[in-house]
Amino acid sequence: MTFVDEYPRQARIVRWNFAVAFGALAIGGFFGLVQALHRTGAFRGFVSSADYYSVLTAHGVLLALVFTTFFLAGLFTWGVTRSLDRRPVDYRLTVGWFATMSLGAVMAAVAIFGGLVPQIPAEADVLYTFYAPMAAHPLFYAGLALFVVGSWLAGLDWFRTYRAWRRDNPGERIPLQTFMVLTTMVMWYLSSVGVAVEVLFFLLPWSLGLIPRVDPLLTRTLFWYFGHAVVYFWLLPAYLAWYTVLPKLSGGRLFSDPLARVVFLLFLLLSTPVGFHHQYLDPGVPEGYKFLAMSNTMFLLLPSLLTAFTVVASIEHGARQRGGEGRLAWLKSLPWDSPPFVGMVLAGLMFAAGGFSGMINAGMNINYLIHNTIWVPGHFHLTVGTATALTAMATTYWLFPQVSGKRLRHKTLALIQPYLWFLGMTLMSNAMHRAGLAGVPRRTAEPQYPDAGITFEGVVGTIGEMRTQIAIGGVLLFVSLCLFLYVVLTTWLADRSPTIDVNGTIPEPLSGAEGGPRVLDNLRLWTAIAVALVLVAYGIPLADMVLTEGLFGPGSAPIPV
Amino acid sequence: MEIHRFETLWTAASLVLIVAFIGTVTYGAVVAGVAMVGDSGTVDANALDSHPEFGDPGVRSVTEDGERRADVYVVAKQFLFDPGTSSPIRVPADTEVTFHVTSSDVTHGFALPGTNVNTMVIPGQVTEVTVEFEETREYGIVCHEYCGAGHHDMAGTVQVVPRSQFFGEEDEQ
Repeated sequence: MTFVDEYPRQARIVRWNFAVAFGALAIGGFFGLVQALHRTGAFRGFVSSADYYSVLTAHGVLLALVFTTFFLAGLFTWGVTRSLDRRPVDYRLTVGWFATMSLGAVMAAVAIFGGLVPQIPAEADVLYTFYAPMAAHPLFYAGLALFVVGSWLAGLDWFRTYRAWRRDNPGERIPLQTFMVLTTMVMWYLSSVGVAVEVLFFLLPWSLGLIPRVDPLLTRTLFWYFGHAVVYFWLLPAYLAWYTVLPKLSGGRLFSDPLARVVFLLFLLLSTPVGFHHQYLDPGVPEGYKFLAMSNTMFLLLPSLLTAFTVVASIEHGARQRGGEGRLAWLKSLPWDSPPFVGMVLAGLMFAAGGFSGMINAGMNINYLIHNTIWVPGHFHLTVGTATALTAMATTYWLFPQVSGKRLRHKTLALIQPYLWFLGMTLMSNAMHRAGLAGVPRRTAEPQYPDAGITFEGVVGTIGEMRTQIAIGGVLLFVSLCLFLYVVLTTWLADRSPTIDVNGTIPEPLSGAEGGPRVLDNLRLWTAIAVALVLVAYGIPLADMVLTEGLFGPGSAPIPV
Repeated sequence: MEIHRFETLWTAASLVLIVAFIGTVTYGAVVAGVAMVGDSGTVDANALDSHPEFGDPGVRSVTEDGERRADVYVVAKQFLFDPGTSSPIRVPADTEVTFHVTSSDVTHGFALPGTNVNTMVIPGQVTEVTVEFEETREYGIVCHEYCGAGHHDMAGTVQVVPRSQFFGEEDEQ
């Protein structure tokens, strides 16, 4: 029986979450095209350079927060319901978190669009990182706070479902997908405390005039306490798909269930005590704290390297089940005509490339070469912009028929879409990385500086060629996005099919959970260790800042955008 | 727990890679002496005018233990570097030059593309970066942290002049 027939209400929640996610993806993706054309100078007719930053803020918030989180919420609702095979305890809570998150997202979006629409009396051109003392309208901060609270309630919903299941199934191993959801959410609770404190205790009252000043360094430190863990919040839904769906799509089974658990536990432990690596170049943070964060960051490579092994091994197993042979010839036996498979595999391949540039970012000294250059967006368009986004699209091709009961329409377009995304991102991202090495800054409407006479010297290739590649890549990515939206929209609007041609069952792993130690499932223990690591990495630096300068000093009053 | 032999090898290789990465940075910091931005004290961003150095930002030549070097005080503000934007910052080649940078309003960036000078400028904090320029040439200064609607116009120039010219001129004064 398909998911939508077995759990019609939960299927509806998944669809609602996907609807918001893809709405944000459509607007945010279009803004990405505007930026690619504007900053390269290919076409500057959409907005003025002063309004570019409203577009940039919307691009970041709508894609990195709204799209990713709503997609995660839809996927996790499916994953928990499916793997526990039971409904959530309280459907009102489910609707409640969805409404809270949606309201928060709309509030933040309205404030941002105030920068483009003069009729809206608010502005929030503060970018996705909203560093004080640049101040946004209070509506922006209130919306963000509500959005995060909504995501906490979603986690509560999944935990309550799990606890009800546990009462009925004492002694059983936590089903893998639920295990992934729960560890991801514990990581999210632990890390989003930082941004919640930043917004609720500092930026929101400060923007309302209730407190006169905030400390720019303390607030940005709280942001980055959250700001690296959030990238794993984006990524772990993709990991869930790579571990539990991709092996099946390639014709096989997951290589090892216990090692998948180890990987998620490592993310729980190490995602948060690394945030200072975004502040390597910040004054006011002693080098020792940065060094500790760097060591943790390097160990965070381990779960991703392990994933590379497990995913490739699972795919190879699938290929051999399909008759593949030889050392590499088995690659030919993979289903290269299946949109969800192709999307996930290409996303994984790009994530490997993003991992390599991430190793450069993590190096405390070599980071000086690329910090705040366009190398950095070149990096994260491979990670969140492809590993997460393309996997989300690929997963949708497989999952949407199950939560709607409708056959996927326009399969040829759906197959072209991931290849086109891969091509567009290859052009855009390689050029961004190289331009970053030449020192071209990120987050700017016009990286040309004709008045100051600044020229950037490309190490490999010329700046003009890089701009061309970024512009063409941006256009191809937007076309690919339009294909995705067209396929999903036409499928959505179609009538229900008598049967769907997707089999939603997920086969057992080659090495099952029973072979792994039970301690892996002891979430209390792992949570306690994660908290301890955070206290070591952040307790002393934060106490240091607050004790020497006070909570609000050296303070700055709000500077409106 | 059953772990495949290849998986064990892969994990071991991954750990070696990780430790090697940490090792190279440690080597750079301890042996090669790569200095990185750290804690260099705070200032009142609202009262920079009365600060002994940032109240009158600019280039100072310093003689310390018979060694000559230069200190450069720069205030970053929406959307200029003072000095740097309206007049270039003149510094000597083959000499230790220390930039002390702070902001009087929002967070900015301070980067000299083509050199290792690349840092954040945060109101209330002083950033210190020491560099030695080998070539006599001009470098651009770029603000690489979004600081408002005019961010893309915030740039400046550093002019590296021969050491003799820099200190010679000063001796004549």
